[in-house]
Amino acid sequence: MILVFAESKDGKFKKNAFEIALLGSQLAKERNQDCAAVVLGDHHQPSELSGYGISKIYHVNNSALNDFDDFAYRDVIAGLANELGANTVLLSHTALGKALAGRLSVRLEAACISAVKGFENTGGQLRWVKPVFSGKAFAHYEAVAEKSVVSLIPNSLSVTKAEVSPEVEEKDVEFNKSKVELVERNVVTGKVPLPEAERVVSAGRGMKGPENWDIIEELAEALNATTACSRPVADSEWRPHHEHVGQTGIAIRPNLYIAIGISGAIQHLAGVNNSKVIVVINKDSEAPFFKAADYGVCADLFDVVPKLTEAVKRFKADNG
Amino acid sequence: MNILVCVSKTPDTTAKIDFTADNKEYNEKGKQFIMNPYDEWYALVRAIELKEANGGEVTVINAGPASNDPILRKGLAIGADKAVRIDVDSRDSYHNAFQIAAYAKGKNYDLIVAGKETIDFNGSIFGSMLAELMELPFISYSSKLEYKDGTATVHRDVEGGVEIVKVSPPFVLSAAKGLAEQRIPNMRGIMMAKRKPLEVVEAVEAGERTRIQEFELPEDKGAVKMVDPEDMDELVRLLHEEAKVI
Ligand SMILES: Cc1cc2nc3c(=O)[nH]c(=O)nc-3n(C[C@H](O)[C@H](O)[C@H](O)COP(=O)(O)OP(=O)(O)OC[C@H]3O[C@@H](n4cnc5c(N)ncnc54)[C@H](O)[C@@H]3O)c2cc1C
Repeated sequence: MILVFAESKDGKFKKNAFEIALLGSQLAKERNQDCAAVVLGDHHQPSELSGYGISKIYHVNNSALNDFDDFAYRDVIAGLANELGANTVLLSHTALGKALAGRLSVRLEAACISAVKGFENTGGQLRWVKPVFSGKAFAHYEAVAEKSVVSLIPNSLSVTKAEVSPEVEEKDVEFNKSKVELVERNVVTGKVPLPEAERVVSAGRGMKGPENWDIIEELAEALNATTACSRPVADSEWRPHHEHVGQTGIAIRPNLYIAIGISGAIQHLAGVNNSKVIVVINKDSEAPFFKAADYGVCADLFDVVPKLTEAVKRFKADNG
Repeated sequence: MNILVCVSKTPDTTAKIDFTADNKEYNEKGKQFIMNPYDEWYALVRAIELKEANGGEVTVINAGPASNDPILRKGLAIGADKAVRIDVDSRDSYHNAFQIAAYAKGKNYDLIVAGKETIDFNGSIFGSMLAELMELPFISYSSKLEYKDGTATVHRDVEGGVEIVKVSPPFVLSAAKGLAEQRIPNMRGIMMAKRKPLEVVEAVEAGERTRIQEFELPEDKGAVKMVDPEDMDELVRLLHEEAKVI
């Protein structure tokens, strides 16, 4: 049995919930096992996970689980995994997954393989493929324990629907809470969070100052993309800290990463080099970023970014 | 406050990444190694600041072979009071966490800190494993910590912002950018480090739970396709028809 933990927020599934369900169902197929999902806290529609290959959804419907608490989440997920005899528990490598995976694996006496992008089956031996050395290489991991806890980097799979309609079962599992008290949550709302964004428009010191970010916002809006920035931009407080990508910021792997006025230092690339398609806009033809790019435009960004925004708008108007 | 800071050794951020001929191990030949930046800049420096403000002692610890001693000496030069090395070839995060938990149990640390991840294996799991092994609360990805009257107020980075939590020692914390500012060791620190104790302790029996079968380098991207700056419609067409991302 495979158990996936499907994350939600404000009673709705996060995008990564569908992705982790899909990974679970792919693994279940490979191993000829069943895959169940667990959903925690108040939820509007747990059955929304239908159609991603899950055969059963367990809903622990207790509002004390609405906010993340690592003790409580560990107790419930480990408790259910033990009851079902699950040998694999899958999570998303999100802020929550990073805080929980290690703890959960120790509780389950399981191998812990975090931040994978997928698996492969080598002659009957399952291996997890994980970016290492800040995206500069991949490692193929095997578990040397009977159980595994594995976390998947968001945006690793393209989510497609499969035809299964699982039953939802309400479930009670006992838990204790940690002594950590949440006093305030300070997050932007209404935007796709950076790690989950399929398209990202990112800008660097070439922007000259925070007052010039309108053209970046406009391009991002036209593309339905999330904005990001390089480290000096966040350090100078031109942009908020949570937009900072790279070695010291966050690592992302969107389908499209557009880098504008960013030189492409190795520590910046460390956070974005697993993006599927990279576009670089820079006026210096020698900028190292061009070597990591799929498409490049060598020009003044103040000139070319508005033109790109117009072209995207024209494309959208022509293609509905 | 008595604080334990877990530090590890990683290749330098600009080191070339290549592997031994069988692709089983990182090729260490000719490489520069450093203290993992999150451990050094954020975890260790914040620990030293807390000690400076509240009294107590900062211990840096590493589970690894004698060739890791320079990393511990650097920790002492930056301002830790003593260093401990658990003499073992480190195998995986669980193995490391188990060694360090075995050492730390019963020593009444108020705070145990590590970096949010190492820049070689990018696991982000060590801190939460250690917390579970020690049966302590854990705060991940902390970008700010204030300590007053026995309570810590901590910012933890989440998608699109921060969560602010309160917790009382003892607890385990993983450090992210913002928690402190890097300190460069000065001559006096380096000289003093030579006189500070570096204790080597025996490892406990423990197994690993994961194994790396093979490393692989990413496929070559191929040459960048340059697009005429006067023709952004062409770029949009390529992104739509060729790259299929819009
Ligand atoms: C250990 C370590 C960790 C680090 N971690 C990170 C990290 O996580 N993320 C990160 O981003 N950096 C990180 N850095 C810093 C990194 O090395 C670079 O200094 C940084 O990425 C540079 O930011 P930038 O590209 O915005 O600025 P610059 O390097 O100054 O580049 C600006 C670019 O804009 C171009 N430009 C200027 N004007 C225009 C114009 N009008 N039109 C078009 N192009 C223009 C220039 O040609 C140049 O290429 C780290 C450094 C170290 C040592």
